Amino acid sequence: MEAVVFVFSLLDCCALIFLAVYFIITLSDLECDYINARSCCSKLNKWVLPELVGHTIVTVLMLISLHWFIFLLNLPVATWNIYRFIMVPSGNMGVFDPTEIHNRGQLKSHMKEAMIKLGFHLLCFFMYLYSMILALIND
Amino acid sequence: MSAPAGSPHPAASARIPPKLGGAAAPGAAAPAVPGLGPHQQNGPAQNQMQVPSGYGLHPQNYIAPSGHYSQGPGKMTSLPLESQCADYYCGLYTIPTQNVVTPSTASQQPGAQQMYGRVPPAPHIVGSTPGSFQGAAASASHLHTSASQPYSSFVNHYSSPAVYSANSSVASQGFPSTCGHYALSTLSNAAYPSVSYPSLPAGDPYGQQIFTSQSAPTVRPTGDHSFSGQNTAISHPSPLPPPPSQPYHQQQSLSGYNTFSWSASGLPSTQDNPIRNHTSLAAANNNLTNTVADSLSCSVMQNVQPPKSSPVVSTVLSGASSARTPPAANRPVEPVASVTQPSELLQQKGMQYGEYVNNQASSAPTPLSSTSDDEEEEEEDEEAGVDSSSTTSSASPMPNSYDALEGGSYPDMLSSSASSPAPDPAPDVDSAPAPAPAAPQPSKMAKPFGYGYPTLQPGYQNATAPLNPGVPPSSPYSGLQQYAQQYPGMNQLSSSLGGLSLQSSTQPESLRPVNLTQERNILPMTPVWAPVPNLNLDLKKLNCSPDSFRCTLTNIPQTQALLNKAKLPLGLLLHPFRDLTQLPVITSNTIVRCRSCRTYINPFVSFIDQRRWKCNLCYRVNDVPEEFMYNPLTRSYGEPHKRPEVQNSTVEFIASSDYMLRPPQPAVYLFVLDVSHNAVEAGYLTILCQSLLENLDKLPGDSRTRIGFMTFDSTVHFYNLQEGLSQPQMLIVSDIDDVFLPTPDSLLVNLYESKELIKDLLNALPNMFINTRETHSALGPALQAAFKLMSPTGGRVSVFQTQLPSLGAGLLQSREDPNQRSSTKVVQHLGPATDFYKKLALDCSGQQTAVDLFLLSSQYSDLASLACMSKYSAGCIYYYPSFHCTHNPSQAEKLQKDLKRYLTRKIGFEAVMRIRCTKGLSMHTFHGNFFVRSTDLLSLANINPDAGFAVQLSIEESLADTALVCFQTALLYTSSKGERRIRVHTLCLPVVSSLADVYAGVDVQAAICLLANMAVDRSISSSLSDARDALVNAVVDSLSAYGSTVSNLQHSGLIAPSSLKLFPLYVLALLKQKAFRTGTSTRLDDRVYAMCQIKCQPLVHLMKMIHPNLYRIDRLTDEGAIHVNDRVVPQPSLQKLSAEKLTREGAFLMDCGSVFYIWIGKGCDNNFIEDVLGYPNFASIPQKMTHLPELDTLSSERARSFITWLRDSRPLSPILHVVKDESPAKTEFFQHLIEDRTEAAFSYYEFLLHVQQQICK
Repeated sequence: MEAVVFVFSLLDCCALIFLAVYFIITLSDLECDYINARSCCSKLNKWVLPELVGHTIVTVLMLISLHWFIFLLNLPVATWNIYRFIMVPSGNMGVFDPTEIHNRGQLKSHMKEAMIKLGFHLLCFFMYLYSMILALIND
Repeated sequence: MSAPAGSPHPAASARIPPKLGGAAAPGAAAPAVPGLGPHQQNGPAQNQMQVPSGYGLHPQNYIAPSGHYSQGPGKMTSLPLESQCADYYCGLYTIPTQNVVTPSTASQQPGAQQMYGRVPPAPHIVGSTPGSFQGAAASASHLHTSASQPYSSFVNHYSSPAVYSANSSVASQGFPSTCGHYALSTLSNAAYPSVSYPSLPAGDPYGQQIFTSQSAPTVRPTGDHSFSGQNTAISHPSPLPPPPSQPYHQQQSLSGYNTFSWSASGLPSTQDNPIRNHTSLAAANNNLTNTVADSLSCSVMQNVQPPKSSPVVSTVLSGASSARTPPAANRPVEPVASVTQPSELLQQKGMQYGEYVNNQASSAPTPLSSTSDDEEEEEEDEEAGVDSSSTTSSASPMPNSYDALEGGSYPDMLSSSASSPAPDPAPDVDSAPAPAPAAPQPSKMAKPFGYGYPTLQPGYQNATAPLNPGVPPSSPYSGLQQYAQQYPGMNQLSSSLGGLSLQSSTQPESLRPVNLTQERNILPMTPVWAPVPNLNLDLKKLNCSPDSFRCTLTNIPQTQALLNKAKLPLGLLLHPFRDLTQLPVITSNTIVRCRSCRTYINPFVSFIDQRRWKCNLCYRVNDVPEEFMYNPLTRSYGEPHKRPEVQNSTVEFIASSDYMLRPPQPAVYLFVLDVSHNAVEAGYLTILCQSLLENLDKLPGDSRTRIGFMTFDSTVHFYNLQEGLSQPQMLIVSDIDDVFLPTPDSLLVNLYESKELIKDLLNALPNMFINTRETHSALGPALQAAFKLMSPTGGRVSVFQTQLPSLGAGLLQSREDPNQRSSTKVVQHLGPATDFYKKLALDCSGQQTAVDLFLLSSQYSDLASLACMSKYSAGCIYYYPSFHCTHNPSQAEKLQKDLKRYLTRKIGFEAVMRIRCTKGLSMHTFHGNFFVRSTDLLSLANINPDAGFAVQLSIEESLADTALVCFQTALLYTSSKGERRIRVHTLCLPVVSSLADVYAGVDVQAAICLLANMAVDRSISSSLSDARDALVNAVVDSLSAYGSTVSNLQHSGLIAPSSLKLFPLYVLALLKQKAFRTGTSTRLDDRVYAMCQIKCQPLVHLMKMIHPNLYRIDRLTDEGAIHVNDRVVPQPSLQKLSAEKLTREGAFLMDCGSVFYIWIGKGCDNNFIEDVLGYPNFASIPQKMTHLPELDTLSSERARSFITWLRDSRPLSPILHVVKDESPAKTEFFQHLIEDRTEAAFSYYEFLLHVQQQICK
């Protein structure tokens, strides 16, 4: 059972890593002026919710399976995702708003955030991988 | 025109053939007169002139430029004249010459353009012609002679808002600047000495007067000469003949300055100038202030203040920049005149210029084409031309290297640029040194002068670079620079005299510590001018007008750390598309741009040799294309540095097909009108239709212009206006959930083919819905339909809305709680309620469609949400609260006048604007109405002349290895005539390494406007109270940083540098502004509208909104009045915004930008009430009065001409309210007295104490 949890987490984590990379690539495209803000933001906003859901599922899964340490590790990031999603002003077009992304260094902070998430997910990936192997051996 | 004028002064003989001064003349002259150098033709003429030789050198430099200009700007005919002028000035007055040139064409338009002003320099070129000395003088003289025309033109300038801009820019630049100043001054109220214009004809007399009576700027003159050439020229019509000059000489000799002046004077005209200066110096004794002003081109400024303010005032002005300031009380008249004229001339030239260019260039812009970049700039047109190394002889050896410039190698620059049109620059340069021996001497002489003055701060001194050994002229320059620096010293002196000091002054004056808590009259009596960057004269002259382009710090800190220490915002304020009367338009096959950063070639690039130039933004070395080697203005080859692109910091290119993604679109206008019951009740349709009928022929456009109409209530109505129909067909679409276009082809029709149908429709519209009972408003669906209609072409959608949208997509709920209007806590709902309008705006923007919103509502309409449709599509927003055509006649009148402006003003379609800056700086936040498409590219579906922008900057890399930074704005647009054009503005600023220098260069007005923009963002993204705290902290931080680092004085009071002394006052004004105030009942829509205005108004208009101007108008006199057209416009002094200034016996006018209040005190003189208001006594004045009757009395005439003049200075007509002391309406008036305490806000003094307390914490 434990192995199943971690196999799932591992797959989910892979998806999140890809997503983080995708965010970084798209944002840097915008930075380099390869795409315009409108299309960049509509691309990214599409994936904000899946990312949030994907990460929340893993977090909840860890809570259910009573892996406290991993749960607590994931909690801040999951909370941040949800907070960010909820706090989007009513007039904005999503977490990434094309009219504001070039203002006040938002692009940079989005980029930084995507980088941090990528690092975090990589860390989680190896943790899940280790835990999965351990679980499989124990089985 | 110019010719005649010119002739007078210089003695006829002097002039040379002038034709274009260009080229030929200068060439000949230069070589011919070895000593003087081409420019100096004057020199040859008069030895005295030689003194200026130093200057002469300069002149040469200038000359070259002038030559270009002259040709360009001046029409063929005019050119010759101009050229002459140029010659005259050339040495000394290069700038003036420019003016001169312009004069030739007397353009009617108001806005004086800086650019042209620069152009004027061209005249210098002419230099070669002996007669030319008129240059400065000539210009003046021209003006005088032509006086009547020029004046008129002046008037125009003033009247039009555009003018202002021009003025501002100018300051730094020589004459042009002066002109600009004038214009500004006029605008601002400055007393336009110009009034004197009329006297111009009498120019000579003036000159004399100057000598005799004026106290003028003594010392500095010398320094000025070189620069001042401009000033002097302007002010004094050089025309004054020799006689005056002699007197001057004497004076000069006395002062020791003589040499300088003389040198400059080389020509008779020049003499005049110098003389004046000298005289002024002599006079100066009397008025320090004057001197100051003189020192720089400031003279113009001086004019402004003139009459009233006495010398004292002028002193204040001295601000380093000089450009702005100096209104010497004495001189008012002279300067003005000169200024104005130039402006006119300039304008014309500009136009002509364009033509010339075209001819020569031959290339024409072809509309078709295709392709290429989306963004304008992206394309690469450039190509390098052929390069080759050919060096022709010489053209200016290092024409524009920055280093040289900074170093003080100005001469080189000048020479290169200046090189007279005709002659090759190289020769000039070379010859100049040799020939000019005299000149050098003078220059030396001059130096002493300069030295005499207090030395500038080290930082500044840097600017004065050492002389170039190679180039004799250089020395003169240095002298000049010194002078310039000296000026400040003068300023300081003067500053002691008066409280008028302008912020602008750089250096000493701007750093003079002011104890805010003890300085009772902090507000100057004359308008505040933009500080002039502390650059050398050449660069100053070339620099962009502050009306178009301003930076909050005119001295850029070297590192971000230094900027952080100063605690001041760094950013740019732009007004890129403002109405310019003169603008060099360049048609060329290849638009020369840097290959790596795509910067357009500009006056601040450096030419490494004949064939290569170094980009001033990225420092890449580029080839000079073959075509660029040929100068169409002078028709000479091998002088790339004299091309108009390199002589003007504001130019417009006709773009080739490389800059088009599709053929240029036609002008397309769509009107979307609310016809619900509410709208019909308000009655705006009548006014709109009437205005449209009147202005139908004036809509900007060509034969392809298309127009369409839609109306909506709970359904959407389209109008088929297809040619051939007997009457307009109305098509109703009631499916608002899925709007479609009933007949897509016939809804937008050609204006000319269907004019009769359109007129029928406009006549019928107001009555069509008179009995409607439909109260709903389906704005969203109507906008969707409009988008579908416009998307194939792009264009402008004008939406008239009178209530909250209540049906279909984009419907809104009322979010305002009336009980919270005066809450001091949280103000909610400043942001949009839905993203519908934002999405729509982005869609529109993508299809090159801008949406302009006219909101005419009596109730809450959620402007915060609706405004998004304009904000992101680069539209504009007009808001008429409580609009009703009969119950609120003042709003109705305002709508009518605004519509007239709106319908007839210039418009640019499918525009993009890119802002570039020197490597090391980066832009991180933009303010205004547009969509930021990529990091530095603003997408503007439409651009209009009333739109302003702001940009925040940060310093990413140390700028230690560069002494100058440049900013370039390129606006690519399709004109209403279907031409693709690029308007380029380039601003150059010095880099400083000390905190004191940073403070010395603060442009308080620009800083306040930028802060206001930032505060709006903060209010929306965070909260209003955060924004207010941030504003207060901005004052506290900057003053405490100043106190702890720069100021050595340990005072108990609150110390601020003079450049920042108005900072707390303005911030307090912001806190009491509708957008940010709390505790006072403010409707949400009013507040949001104020925020929208802060975001998109250009600086000049925004400042009036933030800090209104108060004048006392019951005692208007002609003292210091200016003449605009045929009217005499009195120039009352500014009063501080406090009830203590309101006496019961007086009548006061408050200019709040979009509203005028006239407050009548209870004890106001019955004569005034009767003569001006047309009522027998105070009691009989009605409560609502919005017009001044046209009475045939002197005081009525003065009051009306003053108000008209103020009105003419802005694009949108303000409403006038006459407020009796007792009427309930007076609270509106008193709200604007920001120095007084209100129940919810500090008085100014309390605010200072509060700030002081915060600092001490």
